[in-house]
Amino acid sequence: MRRLIYFVLAFLIWILLTWPSVDGKIDVQVVVAGLIASVIVSVLFHEILPKEHHIFISPVRIFWFLVYVPVFFYYVIKANLDVVYRALHPKMPIKPGIVKIKTNLKTASGITALANSITLTPGTLTVDLTDDGFLYVHWINVKSDDIEEATQFIGQRFEWFLKRIFE
Amino acid sequence: MTDIIGYIMMVIGVMFDIFGCIGLVRFPDVYNRLQAATKCVTLGTVVLLVGVALICGWGPMSAKAIICAGFILITSPTAAHAIAKGAYASGVELWEKSVVDKYAEEIEK
Repeated sequence: MRRLIYFVLAFLIWILLTWPSVDGKIDVQVVVAGLIASVIVSVLFHEILPKEHHIFISPVRIFWFLVYVPVFFYYVIKANLDVVYRALHPKMPIKPGIVKIKTNLKTASGITALANSITLTPGTLTVDLTDDGFLYVHWINVKSDDIEEATQFIGQRFEWFLKRIFE
Repeated sequence: MTDIIGYIMMVIGVMFDIFGCIGLVRFPDVYNRLQAATKCVTLGTVVLLVGVALICGWGPMSAKAIICAGFILITSPTAAHAIAKGAYASGVELWEKSVVDKYAEEIEK
């Protein structure tokens, strides 16, 4: 069943990507190549893709996801202006370091989303994560090297949303 | 109207890409450079692609642009984790003025 879902998804993406933009004719060879590639992908890789299917059909989770997207983009834009400021400032006001933060998220997709959100937002870049729920984060402007305080600054604002979406 | 918004978004995207490249050159070590490369270039390229989608309107071109934007949003931070971890594992040191390195304890364990 899972293989079928991933097959349909992969094939859909293939069709959208090869959708002819000039003359509107669909080439049979392209479709056949896409079918073969989708079968290979869904058979080989269905195990490494996320296992938590229930999150994609629950309306409450989708609602929280839609709330999360604008919040996330607000922080992404803020992060970018911050990095641009540090890159262009003649004295380069950076104070880098690697700190450790704690996360309460348990599911693989939740932790992945948290790590990616951290990487794309204010001055932080996830380096590694441990099995017992700690993340190592490179921070361009270290405000605190204490685990609790760093968690407050970096992880808290996303965890609240991600818990509602993925757990 | 959508054309004008699309062009403005493309200009903003290219500007973020340029600032990201300036950061890439100016920052002192691998980890700080990755910060500039992942954040500015990701947002710049996504904004640029959304601008392209707005200008092209509803059709094949904008479908491709939106799919590419989604892939960049997912893969760019993932690649940054891989590079940062790989750099640390192969012994690239932090900038000498870095204030804290908690990851060193983890590696020693």
